Amino acid sequence: MSRKSLRIENLHVSVEGKSILRGVNLTINQGETHALMGPNGSGKSTLSYALMGHPNYEITDGSAFIDDVNLLDMEPDDRAKAGLFLAFQYPTSIPGVTMANFLRHAVTNVRMPDRKEGEDLISMRDFRKELKQKMDELGMDGEFARRYLNEGFSGGEKKRAEVLQLAMLQPAFAILDETDSGLDIDAVRVVSEGVNRVAKAQGTGVLVITHYQRILNYIQPQFVHILYGGKIVENGGPELVTTLELEGYDWIRAKYPNEAQIEDELESTVLTS
Amino acid sequence: MSTVVANTQTKATLAIQFGEFQNTASSEPIWLRDARKAAFEQFEFLPWPTSKDEEWRRTDIRAFKLSAFDLIQNQPAPTLDDLNAVGPLRDALAAHYATGIVQIAGQTTQPADSSKLGRVTLTDFQSALAIHGDLIKKHLFQTVKPEGDALAALHASIFRGGIVLYVPKGVKLEFPLYALSALTGNHRVDTSHTLIILEDDSEATLVHDLATTGESKPGLHLGAVEIVVGKNAHLKYVRIQNWDDKTWHFSRERAVVDAGGSIQWTIGGLGSRLSKVNQETALTGPKASAQVNGVMFTTGNQHLAYFTRQDHQAPNTTSDLLYKGGLSGKSRTVWKGMIAVEKDAQKTDAYQKNDSLVLSSHARADSIPGLEIEANDVRCTHGATAGQVDPEMVFYFQARGIPAETAKRLVVEGFFANVYDRISVEPVRESLRAAVAQKLAIGKS
Ligand SMILES: Nc1ncnc2c1ncn2[C@@H]1O[C@H](COP(=O)(O)OP(=O)(O)OP(=O)(O)O)[C@@H](O)[C@H]1O
Ligand SMILES: [Mg+2]
Repeated sequence: MSRKSLRIENLHVSVEGKSILRGVNLTINQGETHALMGPNGSGKSTLSYALMGHPNYEITDGSAFIDDVNLLDMEPDDRAKAGLFLAFQYPTSIPGVTMANFLRHAVTNVRMPDRKEGEDLISMRDFRKELKQKMDELGMDGEFARRYLNEGFSGGEKKRAEVLQLAMLQPAFAILDETDSGLDIDAVRVVSEGVNRVAKAQGTGVLVITHYQRILNYIQPQFVHILYGGKIVENGGPELVTTLELEGYDWIRAKYPNEAQIEDELESTVLTS
Repeated sequence: MSTVVANTQTKATLAIQFGEFQNTASSEPIWLRDARKAAFEQFEFLPWPTSKDEEWRRTDIRAFKLSAFDLIQNQPAPTLDDLNAVGPLRDALAAHYATGIVQIAGQTTQPADSSKLGRVTLTDFQSALAIHGDLIKKHLFQTVKPEGDALAALHASIFRGGIVLYVPKGVKLEFPLYALSALTGNHRVDTSHTLIILEDDSEATLVHDLATTGESKPGLHLGAVEIVVGKNAHLKYVRIQNWDDKTWHFSRERAVVDAGGSIQWTIGGLGSRLSKVNQETALTGPKASAQVNGVMFTTGNQHLAYFTRQDHQAPNTTSDLLYKGGLSGKSRTVWKGMIAVEKDAQKTDAYQKNDSLVLSSHARADSIPGLEIEANDVRCTHGATAGQVDPEMVFYFQARGIPAETAKRLVVEGFFANVYDRISVEPVRESLRAAVAQKLAIGKS
């Protein structure tokens, strides 16, 4: 199996007329693990949403490809079928739709991209078996399969459910948007192991968005990037994480005064809005 | 003007046909022939509904022509083709229920297995008349009155066939039963009458499918449902209207529930070109209770109108109505609900709610709740909401590979879940869920 690449070039994204990303460049190959860090409001989730195709995020310039497939031309469901997965920072609740039913539809669509609507779903038997196994691996009670998706889930349970979906969908590329936040110490380990299992089996290229070192002790990145003022300003290795843990973002601020100004402007609009 | 003339002509033609009908049905007992005659006189007297009538203001039936349907013909017996066409519908039910009855256009094609029924009767109208003549005489047209409007009167005068469920005093049926009322390519008119009688201290559950199979041609259901629930008796009745979208559906339905009795009555509104349904529950004895559920999903140009009443006529009665509708295309639903509490019905606890989810900007849902309260110590609440599918939910589905259209339909199915959750009898819940899922076209489970 040849390794695919997710290539993001000069990506500019606006939200409600406000320019957030101003030329993001990032390439992730399958089999690689990357970490993306940056202060609150720097645009990390914006990047995730824009790649996944959320309608509120307007791409004003740039491109995003998986090999020669142009993601930005596609509906979000086709992006998922093309192999992109996003574990949401704030997963939406879906009243009345059980996690099992949701996932059976999701898995059917992603594994049989040419299937027509209304045709059979994947076999219930095989699906149940696979779901149970993956839930066991993630330490999830089987009862969650029958619960309405994310309805009344605790913060940590939601994050686990996102990783369960990742494990079921086995994507070529996975973005984990602060999957560690809200997880207790043991859960970070369990969830990280889950991600690593998929990554190893599928050669998934992983982008971990986080504020903390902890998850990166389990999902070890070869590449670390810092998003600041709408751009990736620093690219490095794991040592960058240590520097941030020790020193915070002040040195970034000092080193990139133009981006710092943009970052401040964004912050003030956040405060006044 | 011209419609008046047309209807006058139709009425004249119908009068001749009614005479013939009475001749062909000459084996019916005198009391029934008299009742039919009285109902026909009512029909001739009552005005045809127009948009000036409150109940028909939003429901336009000018395109409905009585003359297009051979209302009171002596219908030919169903053929082998008809039976084959109905087979799959029947099998889907038969797989999950101990026994049931199948009818095509009001004529029984498969009777219920009486060995499974014990003292319970589930049969067609004619047979019930033969074995329980006095009982039928006592109850027929007492709950749904022919003088309600022209359509009710017409139904009472010319109805053919139907389903009777009779559960004698103290008998508790432990398994659910089914009834299937079908229209086929050859049989396009169903004027059947449904009569359900639960005597004191009895219990039963019935799922009733109304469905079209075969070629889609203009069809008509002109029916009525009368339900009598005795003291401390408990009925669960699910009625799934799943005609094709060329069928007109007119149905007057009313239940009376005596002291300590209860009804859980669920309506599925999926099919028909146009539906006009009156679903009424009267709580006539202390501590009687009713739970009324509705699930509607409309597509294309469908128009479904429901008029519900919760009549509280005795103290300490409770009623709880929850109607939920999903609308797509250019379809339209109308719900007008009324909670009526009589002076003596103190300590009434009544609730009504209608929620709609609109999938298309061309669809429209009208909700009109209403209260008429004459007692002073009651609790009555009502509410209605209409909204669109939350785009954040749709995006979440899409992010997992599920196309937007399927996502919306799954959200609608989820929206119905709290109705399904109320239905505790599993096969019944699954029958309803499956019928809705099929209409939603979200893939087989
Ligand atoms: N839907 C929206 N409407 C208005 N502003 C938005 C919207 N989404 C994002 N923004 C703004 O875009 C900027 C970037 O937000 P984003 O959520 O991408 O930051 P982040 O880097 O993920 O932050 P955090 O670390 O807190 O999760 C912020 O100023 C935010 O207020
Ligand atoms: Mg974020």
